[in-house]
Amino acid sequence: MLSRTADHLYWMSRYIERAESTARLLDVTWQMSMVPQSAESANQNWHAVILLNSLEDAFFAKYKQATAANVLHFMISDAENPSSIHACLRMCRENAHAVRGTITSDMWETLNATWLDLESHRFDASISSGPGEFFEWVKLRSSLVRGATLGTMLQDEAFHFIRLGTVLERADNTARILDVKYHVLTPGPDQGTTDFYQWGALLRSVSAFEVYRKTYRAGISPARVAELLILHPGMPRSLMFCMRALVKSLGLVANSHSGETQRRAGQLYSELRYGRIEDIFARGLHVFLTDFMRRIEGLGNGIQHDFLEAMQTT
Amino acid sequence: MGASFYNEMHAADGSVRPHYGGFAEWLDSTPPERIARRRAEADLAFHRVGITFAVYGEDAGTERLIPFDIVPRIIPAAEWTALAAGLKQRVRALNAFLKDIYHDQEILAAGRIPPEQVLNNGQFREEMRGVDVPDDIYAHIAGVDVVRAGEGEFYVLEDNLRVPSGVSYMIEDRKMMMRLFPELFARHKIAPVLHYPDLLFDSLGAVAPKGVERPNVVVLTPGAFNSAYFEHTYLAQQMGVELVEGRDLFVRDDTVWMRTTQGPARVDVIYRRVDDDFLDPLAFRKDSMLGVPGLLSAYKAGRVTLANAIGTGVADDKSIYPYVPEMIRFYLGEEPLLNNVPTYMCRKAEDLAYTLANLADLVVKEVHGAGGYGMLVGPAATREEIAEFRKRLEAHPERYIAQPTLSLSNCPTFVESGIAPRHIDLRPFVLSGEQIRMVPGGLTRVALREGSLVVNSSQGGGTKDTWVLEA
Repeated sequence: MLSRTADHLYWMSRYIERAESTARLLDVTWQMSMVPQSAESANQNWHAVILLNSLEDAFFAKYKQATAANVLHFMISDAENPSSIHACLRMCRENAHAVRGTITSDMWETLNATWLDLESHRFDASISSGPGEFFEWVKLRSSLVRGATLGTMLQDEAFHFIRLGTVLERADNTARILDVKYHVLTPGPDQGTTDFYQWGALLRSVSAFEVYRKTYRAGISPARVAELLILHPGMPRSLMFCMRALVKSLGLVANSHSGETQRRAGQLYSELRYGRIEDIFARGLHVFLTDFMRRIEGLGNGIQHDFLEAMQTT
Repeated sequence: MGASFYNEMHAADGSVRPHYGGFAEWLDSTPPERIARRRAEADLAFHRVGITFAVYGEDAGTERLIPFDIVPRIIPAAEWTALAAGLKQRVRALNAFLKDIYHDQEILAAGRIPPEQVLNNGQFREEMRGVDVPDDIYAHIAGVDVVRAGEGEFYVLEDNLRVPSGVSYMIEDRKMMMRLFPELFARHKIAPVLHYPDLLFDSLGAVAPKGVERPNVVVLTPGAFNSAYFEHTYLAQQMGVELVEGRDLFVRDDTVWMRTTQGPARVDVIYRRVDDDFLDPLAFRKDSMLGVPGLLSAYKAGRVTLANAIGTGVADDKSIYPYVPEMIRFYLGEEPLLNNVPTYMCRKAEDLAYTLANLADLVVKEVHGAGGYGMLVGPAATREEIAEFRKRLEAHPERYIAQPTLSLSNCPTFVESGIAPRHIDLRPFVLSGEQIRMVPGGLTRVALREGSLVVNSSQGGGTKDTWVLEA
């Protein structure tokens, strides 16, 4: 398939996944803000959202404080913030528009209708009073697009570039959430309840609360949450799950240039496949996650270079 | 004046013409609320599907829908058969003409067309002299604009041989009608048009360079900002071929390649929706970012087929149009089956004199104009507009032609005040491959403003489904 087409498909899926991740994170932060706590601690959570997306410079250039209202506006509708949900859905739609003949009509119509709904501003009033409905909508639309993709699209090269974008973005996002939460949740004197709510919230943000209960039948502990989100092979947002999917799709689109990228992806996957959470904690969770995010970024660059940038001669 | 227009649905005495009988009955018996609801549904669906015209820019507001009208334009079988024969004849002659003027120029030697009309024409491409194209086909896809003046009386208004558009609306209008009013299809025998992309794909495959077994066909678009982008992407998708932009292609060793994730892949047939001028910056406009450097050279080497061929514009030019009946006689030895509109060529002194004396009754068009721009519709123009146009004509008579104002037929159409007659035309699409083929019907365009004769979408025109009733 055309390199340019693959590029649009890959970014289309990255952007919708990013919009969904942002909605999930904001949603859980919003819900956490309703738990009794000091104003300082509340703002700390909103600040974490900015931190998580590496947007501190852009945010504090416009706003003094990471309050709920400021962060929500910045992350939902601020046109100047390329990571806002609005911007992500716009770019998703633009990429889809460029390849609308390659994706199925079901996918295109779902994406296009998503954009038209967003543009109709029917959420503007509700966002300030309670953004929950909006977040639900974003998650639902993302699920619909994914469903239309799985339900209607031929599993060909195009499909696998869409898949690559999705799992790469998702792996990066899960790693970021874990990393920042780990920072914010420096163990304090009153650990029990805080842990339960904070780590519980983290689980909810990736729709894994019930999964956790089912899997461990135990109280919420940071190590087990980390294990679930890093190493569990069946958890759709775990690093392990994403890397397995990435290795598979990469293998199916491989070309004569992509050997090194495949090798690196395979190596990262194997480390997760045979890894133990005790070893990760012994090494330091933050160190592990920083390394993972760096390598994921490297894989993204590799994919870009091997497949998506037009190859003139070879 | 209104009374003299032929109405597609009603005879002069107000009775419903027989082929509209079923539809009229349905219209009478269907509650207006249901029709209104369905019309709203159609708007919404077109919007969601993104069947848009004009551009998508930074500002999403620049995407526009072409208004869709639910009253079909119905053509009885016998009328269509006659029309189709005339269209095929016309396209055969136009292809013969194109081959001739880029080779032996017999028609010029025979004095049937003044040579300077062709050779000095801006659309004549010297680069194509002596170039052989597969099966001698130049205009693979032709969109011929036809209007009806009276019963069985069709006039060809224009032959579009460069990059005629609108066929996607023909298909989408049909799909929409089938979805909204299935009961209408149950009670009529309406000839199908949805297989057009199959015919197109076959026609394109048939003209691949010699020796290519399974030709790789692509659609070349100027990009997402082009007004017909929806159509480009639609046709590529429906045919299952790649939609490419100039930057996706490159030429090496006189062969065209596209850049894929697996490395370069050879391209054999390009259905190009990019004008000649922009196709190859090495040969035509140097500043074009839309084309492919070296494409002309690969084309002349016979390594790739372009549909339509380079240089077809010379045959659809308004200054050549008056000679098409002559081409039919010259190349085919037949009498033209379809009428031309009488045309005054203002470069001729007597035609100019006549035109200047009758401006208020004529339609004056720029020879190279398109999209309904740069024209004067005499009967609808103000005194000032006529005076202004007179000056332009006197300054550059060779740039204009004039035609009598045709009494374009009317078709009932939903407008704000209810159902009212509006002028329509018809653009059938004629495909030339191993044989000349077409789907029964075409794109019916409708002028939505009362009294307006201009149906172009860029001038706010709408579209209708076109039904050819099977006998």
